[in-house]
Amino acid sequence: MEHYNMNLNLKVWRQQNGKSKGEFKMYRVEDISSEMSFLEMFDVLNEKLIQDGEEPVAFDHDCREGICGACSMYINGKPHGPWQANTTCQLHMRAFKDGDTVVVEPWRANAFPVIKDLVVDRTAFDRIIQAGGYISVNTGNAVDGNALPINKDKADASFAAAMCIGCGACVAACKNSSAMLFLSAKVSHLALLPQGEPERHSRVINMLAQMDKEGFGACTNTGACEATCPKEISLTNIAMLNKEYLTASLVADK
Amino acid sequence: MLDAKIPAGPMDDKWTDYKGHCKLVNPANKRKLEVIIVGTGLAGASAAASLGEMGYKVKAFCFQDSPRRAHSIAAQGGINAAKNYQNDGDSVFRLFYDTIKGGDYRAREANVHRLAEVSANIIDQCVAQGVPFAREYGGLLSNRSFGGTQVQRTFYAAGQTGQQLLIGAYQALERQVALGNVTMYSRHEMLEVVMVDGKAQGIIARDLITGTLERHFGNAVLLCTGGYGNVFYLSTNAMGSNVTAAWKAHKQGAAFANPCYTQIHPTCIPVSGDHQSKLTLMSESLRNDGRIWVPKKQGDTRKATDIPEEERDYYLERRYPAFGNLVPRDVASRAAKERCDEGYGVGTSKQAVYLDFAAAIERYGKIEVSKEGRTGVGKDEIIALGKEVVKEKYGNLFDMYEKITGENPYELPMRIYPAVHYTMGGLWVDYELQTTLKGVYCLGEANFSDHGANRLGASALMQGLADGYFVIPYTIGNYLADEIYNKPVSTDHPAFAAAEKEVNDRLVTLMNIKGKQSVESLHKRLGKIMWEKCGMARNAKGLTEAIAEIQALKKEFWSDVKIPGTIEGFNPELDKAGRVADFIELGELMCKDALDRNESCGGHFREESQTEDGEAMRHDDQYMYVAAWEYAGESNWNLHKEELKYEVIKPSQRNYK
Ligand SMILES: Cc1cc2nc3c(=O)[nH]c(=O)nc-3n(C[C@H](O)[C@H](O)[C@H](O)COP(=O)(O)OP(=O)(O)OC[C@H]3O[C@@H](n4cnc5c(N)ncnc54)[C@H](O)[C@@H]3O)c2cc1C
Ligand code: SF4
Ligand code: FES
Repeated sequence: MEHYNMNLNLKVWRQQNGKSKGEFKMYRVEDISSEMSFLEMFDVLNEKLIQDGEEPVAFDHDCREGICGACSMYINGKPHGPWQANTTCQLHMRAFKDGDTVVVEPWRANAFPVIKDLVVDRTAFDRIIQAGGYISVNTGNAVDGNALPINKDKADASFAAAMCIGCGACVAACKNSSAMLFLSAKVSHLALLPQGEPERHSRVINMLAQMDKEGFGACTNTGACEATCPKEISLTNIAMLNKEYLTASLVADK
Repeated sequence: MLDAKIPAGPMDDKWTDYKGHCKLVNPANKRKLEVIIVGTGLAGASAAASLGEMGYKVKAFCFQDSPRRAHSIAAQGGINAAKNYQNDGDSVFRLFYDTIKGGDYRAREANVHRLAEVSANIIDQCVAQGVPFAREYGGLLSNRSFGGTQVQRTFYAAGQTGQQLLIGAYQALERQVALGNVTMYSRHEMLEVVMVDGKAQGIIARDLITGTLERHFGNAVLLCTGGYGNVFYLSTNAMGSNVTAAWKAHKQGAAFANPCYTQIHPTCIPVSGDHQSKLTLMSESLRNDGRIWVPKKQGDTRKATDIPEEERDYYLERRYPAFGNLVPRDVASRAAKERCDEGYGVGTSKQAVYLDFAAAIERYGKIEVSKEGRTGVGKDEIIALGKEVVKEKYGNLFDMYEKITGENPYELPMRIYPAVHYTMGGLWVDYELQTTLKGVYCLGEANFSDHGANRLGASALMQGLADGYFVIPYTIGNYLADEIYNKPVSTDHPAFAAAEKEVNDRLVTLMNIKGKQSVESLHKRLGKIMWEKCGMARNAKGLTEAIAEIQALKKEFWSDVKIPGTIEGFNPELDKAGRVADFIELGELMCKDALDRNESCGGHFREESQTEDGEAMRHDDQYMYVAAWEYAGESNWNLHKEELKYEVIKPSQRNYK
C-alpha cells in the first residue's frame, strides 16, 4: 500500500454545551499520513489546538476498533463517513486526498441532545432497552446450556441482529430521526431465540412506546439507516418488528 | 497483613463448604443495604445485575456514556468453560490444571479451582439471557480451541464474544435499573474511596459532563474497573481504560499485587507511525491456521510473496515442534521479539513478523475439492475455494486488518507484532474478593487473583463473569450481614467532606499548572519508558534506570502539564490528566516489582534468569509468592508476601517443545 501525506481543511461543529449555540469553525491540519485513522487525525488537530491555547474538539470514542459504538461523527454528510459498513474510528485517512475539505458534525436528532462539540447524549437508547430489551431471568436459575437445541440458522440470524453496537448512526441518517433499526435489531435478536419467547409481545409494545416517548420519529421505510449502519443490520429486522407488533397488539388485551 | 481466608478442607469441597456456611442477609435487610459498584464491564455489570436481583440497593458507575461500551465489549475470541460438551476429556480439574500451569504456577489454587467449578454455570446463565453463541447444525453449542490447552472448551460468538456476553450482562443490568434496584451513573468517574472508622462507606465521584463532585454512601464498594495496560500508552485496551479507581484504593491502603505481570499478546497489528494511538489485536484463534515466519536472511527487503519457501524461517515450528504456532502467548511474543532484535523483522519498521494463511487457504481449498469428489482442478480454483473457507472462519478479523493497513490478507501475509494486552496484576484480594481495605472488593481484570504470571486465552471473560454472577453474591453477604447493625453514614460526615476536598484540591492543582506539555505527550513518554525497560524483556539495569526516569517524568508532569478548559463542564483532557498522573505512579511500582522479582515467570521475563536456549527460568525456592505492595508514601512501598502453597498440583518447568 502506497503511503502519502496530505493537508486538509476541516470544518468542525463547535458547541460549548447543550445550552449554547454552536457554529462551524475552520481548521487546517498538515502532514497527515494516509495510514492514520480518522480519530488519530483528530488527535493531531487537538494537540495543535492545545498548543495554540484553544480547547480541543470533544468527541466520543473508546475502543477504536469499531465495536464499542462510542464514536459518532457525521463526516461529509454521512454518519461514520464515506466507507461502507464502517465506524468513524475505523475510517482511515487514505479515504481522503491532499487539499480536501472535510465537514464534521455531531449526530443530529431531538432525542440525542448535544453535550459538547461532537458529543451527544444517547442515554435514550439505554432507556429503550430498560423498557424490555432483555430476557427476565435471574442469576442462578438457568438450565444446562445444551438443554434446548437451537436451530443454527436461527441462532445465526439472532447473532446478526445482536451485532448492533448502539452507535445511533441509523438515527442520525434517518430524516425522521427514527430509532427503528436499533429497536428492531434488539427485538429480532431476542424474538428469534426460544428464551425470548415468553416476553415477545410485551417487549415489542413497551420498547416502541418508549421510543415514542423519547422523541424519536416514526419509520417511513426510507432505508437510509440500513445503508449507513456500520454493522449492516438489515431492514428485514424492521419488517420482523412490524410483524411482532401486529401479533402483539392482537393478543395484547388479555 | 495478608490473610487469604482460604477455606479449610479438600480443594473440591472448599467452595461448596464456603457457600454452605457463609452468613446470609434476609430479604428485608437487603433492601436497607447499599452497594456501590464502580465499573460495569463484564465483572461490574454481572455483579450489579445479580446483587440488584437479590434485593440490595445498588449504585453503579461507569465513565462511558453507557454500560454497554465497557472495554469488555472488544473481546474477540471466546470464553472457556469446563462443560466437556465435546467429550474430549475436559473436566473441572483439567481447566483448573491448565489455568495454574498456564499462569506458570504463580496463581492461588483455591481461587482458580472455584473459577473452574463455576465456569459451566456461566455458559448456562448466558444462554438463558439470550447470548447467541455459535452453534452446530444439530442446534448444540459449538467450541473452538485456544492456546495452552489440549481440549476444545472455548465458547464463542464469531469474533465478537465479549460483545455478546457484555450485551447479555448489560441487559440484565438495565432490567434491574427499570425495576428500581440499580441506579446507573454513566459518564461518572470514581475518584476516591471514603473510609469511615477503618472501613469503606462510600466514594467521591465526578460527573464528567458538569465536572461536579458527588458524594455517594455505600455499605460496601466493589471496584470492577478493568486492567491497566494503558500504562504502556500503546496497548490493545480501549482509550479510556485506566488504573485510577484501583490506584485511589491502593493509596488508601489496598495492597497492589504482582503489578509487573503484564501479558504481551503475540498477534497484533504493528505500529505504523508516531501518530499511533492504540493497537489492534488479531485474535489468538488465527494461530490455528496461520503460520508465523520471517525471512532466513537478515534485512531481507523482498516482498513476502517473492521469498521462496526454503528461504523462510517458521521459527515457532522450528523451536517448538510439539506446540508449533500454538505455544502460549508469552512464549510466542518473546520469540517474535528475538527474531526482530536479531535483524530478521519485516515491513518498513522491521518490527514485524508474518502470519501467513497461504498454506491454510490451499489446504482448505483441497478439502473442498475432495468433498465435491472432483479431480484435475486448477490451482486458482483451489485457492478461490480455500479463501471462502478462511473467510467464513475469520472474515471480520481479515476485514479489520485490511481497513487498518490497506493490505489484503487473503493475498499477502499479515504483518504482526506483540503488543500489551492484559494485566494479570491488580489489587490483592482474598478468597472473598475483598481487598486489604475493609469493605472494598475488587472483581474482574482489576484484581490479581486467577491468572498467575500469564493468562490463558478466553479466561478473562470467564473470570469477570464468575466473579460477578457467582462469587460476589455469596461473599458480599458474609460481610454485609454484619453491616445491618450500623446506621448509614450521612454524606455530611467529615470523612466525606475531607475526601471531597482532597479530590477537589488535586483537580485545582492540575488545572493551575498551566505548563507547556500536553497530557498525551507525557503519556507517550511514560509508555516508551515502560515498553523499552519494563516490556517483553527486563533486566536490573534497565529497570533501575526506568524508575529514575519515571520519577523525573513525574516531576515534569506536575510542573509542566498543560490542561485546557475548566474544571466545570465537559473536559476530557482533565479526565485524562488525572489518569495519566496515576499511571506514572503505577509505572514506578511496576518497575520496582519487576526489579524485585529476579526470576522469569510467565509474562515476566528477566534476562538474568533464562535457560541456555533462552527460555524463561523460574526460581520456586525464592519467588513462590504473590508480591503484594502496600503504599507507604511517595515512591515508597512495603512488600508483603503471600506464600503460594500448591496442595494439589505439583509445579514443574513449563515445556512446550
Ligand atoms: C482486544 C481484546 C480482546 C480480548 N479478547 C478476549 C477473549 O477473547 N477472551 C477473554 O477471555 N478475554 C479477552 N480479553 C480480555 C477481557 O476482555 C478483559 O480482561 C475483560 O473484559 C475485563 O472486564 P472487566 O469487567 O474486568 O473490565 P472492563 O470491561 O474493562 O470494564 C471496566 C469498567 O470500569 C469502568 N471504570 C474504570 N475506571 C472507572 C472509574 N474511575 N470510575 C468509574 N468507572 C470506571 C469503565 O467505565 C468500565 O465500565 C480481550 C481484551 C482485549 C483488549
Ligand atoms: S442499528 Fe446499526 S446504526 Fe443503528 S445503532 Fe445499531 S449498529 Fe448503530
Ligand atoms: S471508538 Fe469504539 S466503535 Fe469507534
